[in-house]
Amino acid sequence: MASFVETGPQAPVTEAIRVDKVSPRSRLTRTVRALIVIIVTFIGLIPVFVMGITAFKSRADVVAVPPKLVFKPTLEGFVYLLTERAVLTQDRLAEAQAHIDELNWMQRIALENGQEITGPSDYVFRLKNSAIIAGVSTIVSVGLGLLAAYAFSRFDVPGKGDLLFFILSTRMLPAVVVTIPLFLMYRQLKLHDTHLGMILLYTVFNLSLSVWLLKGFIDEIPREYEEAALVDGYTRLQAFFKIVLPQALTGVAATTVFSLIFAWNEYAFALMLTSERARTAPPSIATMLGRGGIEWSAIAAGSLGFLIPVVIVTFALRRYLLRGVTFGAIRQ
Amino acid sequence: MATIELRQVEKRFGDLQAVKPMDLTIHDGEFVVLLGPSGCGKTTTLRMISGLETVTGGTILLDGRNVTWLHPSERDIAFVFQFFALYPHMTVRQNIAFPLQAQGESHEAIEKRVDEVVELLEIGHLLDMRPGKLSGGDQQRVALARALVRRPAAFLMDEPLGALDADFRETMRAEIKRLHIVQNATTVYVTHDQVEAMAMADRIVVMSEAEIQQVGTPAEVYHKPANLFVARFIGSPGMNLVRGHYADGVVHMPGADNHYSVPPDWRRVLDETFGGEGEVIVGFRPEAAIVSDEGTLAGQVYASDLHGAYTMLHVNMNEHDIIHIRSDRLVLHPIGTPVRFDINPEMVRFFDPRTEKAISREVGQ
Ligand SMILES: Nc1ncnc2c1ncn2[C@@H]1O[C@H](COP(=O)(O)OP(=O)(O)O)[C@@H](O)[C@H]1O
Ligand SMILES: [Mg+2]
Repeated sequence: MASFVETGPQAPVTEAIRVDKVSPRSRLTRTVRALIVIIVTFIGLIPVFVMGITAFKSRADVVAVPPKLVFKPTLEGFVYLLTERAVLTQDRLAEAQAHIDELNWMQRIALENGQEITGPSDYVFRLKNSAIIAGVSTIVSVGLGLLAAYAFSRFDVPGKGDLLFFILSTRMLPAVVVTIPLFLMYRQLKLHDTHLGMILLYTVFNLSLSVWLLKGFIDEIPREYEEAALVDGYTRLQAFFKIVLPQALTGVAATTVFSLIFAWNEYAFALMLTSERARTAPPSIATMLGRGGIEWSAIAAGSLGFLIPVVIVTFALRRYLLRGVTFGAIRQ
Repeated sequence: MATIELRQVEKRFGDLQAVKPMDLTIHDGEFVVLLGPSGCGKTTTLRMISGLETVTGGTILLDGRNVTWLHPSERDIAFVFQFFALYPHMTVRQNIAFPLQAQGESHEAIEKRVDEVVELLEIGHLLDMRPGKLSGGDQQRVALARALVRRPAAFLMDEPLGALDADFRETMRAEIKRLHIVQNATTVYVTHDQVEAMAMADRIVVMSEAEIQQVGTPAEVYHKPANLFVARFIGSPGMNLVRGHYADGVVHMPGADNHYSVPPDWRRVLDETFGGEGEVIVGFRPEAAIVSDEGTLAGQVYASDLHGAYTMLHVNMNEHDIIHIRSDRLVLHPIGTPVRFDINPEMVRFFDPRTEKAISREVGQ
């Protein structure tokens, strides 16, 4: 500071700061605040970090006490997660080692532990179920929510207030309360353990969120924009797609991420309402705990793989999300 | 180009009557201004013509074609909104081309037409910008270009200058008027600013309380207001309105010896209207009062403001009435001094306080 006072600005002054206005306290609070944010972030990320390193540890390293921070990374956990394996007999083992050049990396890792791969594990299949169910239900609930939100925002729907409250009220009971009735109902309707059943369930569950969120965003778009399009020769539907939708993208992105995260992570319903064909990944990661000793590295690998799609989608939509999570409060 | 005809058109929002049944014909190429205070139903009327609002009664004809129940897109009308409503996610060029794309014109035709309009409005340098980056005036020009590009049968403009800075309004006013002269398109223009209405209109439709009060040229609504509302609303300040008692060709107004002799051609009309005598309201514009020492009417100067070319005197005629007189800027009238004046007999009007309507010489003859 002293040098500034003596010599004047050394670079173009782009921001005027009155020296008497910079109180040492405000600078201190800023530093403290940043420090708190860093610490909280750090604490929040510890489990993710542990999960991340555990996924690459070998069986022996996983159980080492104290936990190893430096270890030889291996993809063992992933192989265990993704494949079914069988233990090889002595002579089959020797035979396999002779042909090691013909094996792929997964088979080689299995072989190091004296096993051969017999096929893909259930987890692959269940991850696919998760993707289908979460993907379709998100698309449907955001699509339907968008149309419903538009109608609620723009038209005099009879009983609008009651309908909106009814839609919101579907979210008011905790999941545990409704799983039993749902379970019985689904059995009767033969929706138990079907993709359709889970898609319907997640769609309905997300619909209340998406209608309310999107209505907020659409309310923010002045109707003059569509009206201008209407007098300019477009139909209501064309105006919706050409004018409203592009301006509601922020809201659509935010709603998509929220819906997807719910459907992707949902555990309680999936555990109760699916068993084989439509079982999603979250309950199956938990059941891995049970089978012949705890495969910590496989569980960590499964959790890690499970996180990645959410991270990718959120990252891809981050441009919209930064404005979206303020729920339309800030416009351009 | 088109004639717009409203027959008994009305709009109710539940219990609220936003527009009472209204008849109005707007001729081909005419510039008609809907003028009235906020909330009187101007926007609703305009939106019904465009089809953005359905009518709750009556018929709308466009060139004789009944369009009452047609979708806005089928009416061939352009609408300029108060806040322009330029599509924020499109560039200026895309905004202007948008109405033409609805008609499925070829790429070349669109391009050519956009260039024409852009040249007319001198906005070539803005084409690749987003509307959010433009000044109010430029947004206005782009909105006008988007309205013009389709060559619609009629233009509807809802307070298009309302969102602009005061000093810029005059420029845009002239520009809109110029465009109207060049294009000669039927235009319905809504404003609550009577100066704007007087400056731009071929005909003014004065509205209040969901009703048409008067339809006429700017001169007509100024000089021959149909009722007390129009007399007060048009002009700044509005018409002086002084209540008095009429008998035998003289109006006795409150205040010391304020006896106004009614011009001879008005006497018979007033005699007929009131059956000899009755309460009447005398109306005259500030410029119709002539200050002179021999004037038959008198008052006390209450305030005076110099307006450059003239002085506006505010005169207390009695405890109720402060009237405004436009007087010579060179003659000083200190506050509190008495002043005498006459009313130009050509410019005096009479109103019936029972009906609040103007008394007409023509009907009496
Ligand atoms: N969509 C609507 N619903 C209910 N009332 C409305 C609606 N639009 C306008 N109004 C009412 O109708 C009256 C006329 O409004 P408007 O035409 O906008 O007046 P102006 O444009 O002359 O200011 C006002 O009292 C207004 O509150
Ligand atoms: Mg209005």
